[in-house]
Amino acid sequence: MRVEIVIENTGARFFCETERSLLAAMENRRCSGIPIGCRNGGCGMCKIKVLSGRYISGKWSRACVSESEEAQGFALACRTVPLTDLRVVALAKTRQIHPINSKGVD
Amino acid sequence: MAFTGILRPGHIALRVLDLEAAVRHYTDIVGLKETARDGNKRVFLKAWDEHDHHSVVLREADSAGIDYLGWRVDSPETLMRLAADLEKSSLVSHCEWIPAGEHPDTGRRLRFVVPTGHSMEIYAEKGKVGNGMSDTNPEVWPDGLTGMSPSRFDHCLLYGDDLDGVVKLFTEVLGFTIAERVVVGPEQVLMAAFLTCSNKPHDVAFIRQPVKNKLHHVSFFLESWHDVLRAADIITKHRVSHDVGPTRHGLTRGTTVYFFDPSGNRNEVFSGGYIHYPDKPTLTWTDDELARAVFYHDRAIDERFMAAYT
Repeated sequence: MRVEIVIENTGARFFCETERSLLAAMENRRCSGIPIGCRNGGCGMCKIKVLSGRYISGKWSRACVSESEEAQGFALACRTVPLTDLRVVALAKTRQIHPINSKGVD
Repeated sequence: MAFTGILRPGHIALRVLDLEAAVRHYTDIVGLKETARDGNKRVFLKAWDEHDHHSVVLREADSAGIDYLGWRVDSPETLMRLAADLEKSSLVSHCEWIPAGEHPDTGRRLRFVVPTGHSMEIYAEKGKVGNGMSDTNPEVWPDGLTGMSPSRFDHCLLYGDDLDGVVKLFTEVLGFTIAERVVVGPEQVLMAAFLTCSNKPHDVAFIRQPVKNKLHHVSFFLESWHDVLRAADIITKHRVSHDVGPTRHGLTRGTTVYFFDPSGNRNEVFSGGYIHYPDKPTLTWTDDELARAVFYHDRAIDERFMAAYT
């Protein structure tokens, strides 16, 4: 089955099969809106908040999404398999680090 | 003996989310050899040309990243001398002795926390299990190699906040030299340091970032550029999560490809570099030329390469 993913803060829309992660579907369809990091639940670059819809969560690093955040709908897109249409917000800015440049030192 | 003190990074302990998936990755894809398991959900592995019992430790946990990095020293006397120096240094905290045998076939280790928040260890004894070939009239490589089959665990790159403190510790207490560095702005603030205790361009590197105890990548050594290309073929053949490359670094001159393990820890396999001597001038890169330093051909740094870490 195919469902539709909407990234609310960028307006990006793409289809995702219900047996694959929404990040894999986004990357495969050359869509953007969620930053692609390790793709394996470790780095947290693809952190999202799910606003509506049902999904299955895979294993991800608790350093990226805590249990209480998970209960509030936070997830990593690389380990999120949709069951229905999803509306999500990409949150990557919350874990961005300083680029190395002249302003890169605290 | 001309080469004394700390000899090499002897083991890195990594946290993984799924132990068996990690073991399959590090054996079938990377090509390390499993040497032991213990009751604490830990698996010990080594690269083919390492003689010591293990160089990589995988532990299943609920987060990815690095547990600790262990440094092999040349003798029990050096271990005692460095332990005394570390215990009185204001640059380290949480010094504790880990008893012999806590790692299989390994002597006692002094564990300590450095200013960037990483746990480090020094130890003098680990069993020699050999590289699969005789020490007398050997062959040049053993049978049964799999995957990318690097010859050794080479170095890692770590992210942390107190770069000045960690560089001071490694150079003034542990005897490292700075092979290369990155400086920023007119004040030439130190942003990255590539530290060596050997003839390698780096045994460990640190980048200043406003975090503690983070891993950028763990790196394994290949013999040739062709091996790097073949490693990239393996990444695609097995649909491994690819990061950057094959390409070359300006920094350290290594030819390289980056990818991620099944828990998101970044791996590198690389070849090349140069011979470092302690009297070699430190190479300095400035921030306006940083992209060429990091990726010599593209002369651009992918956002993911800096922003993804565990």
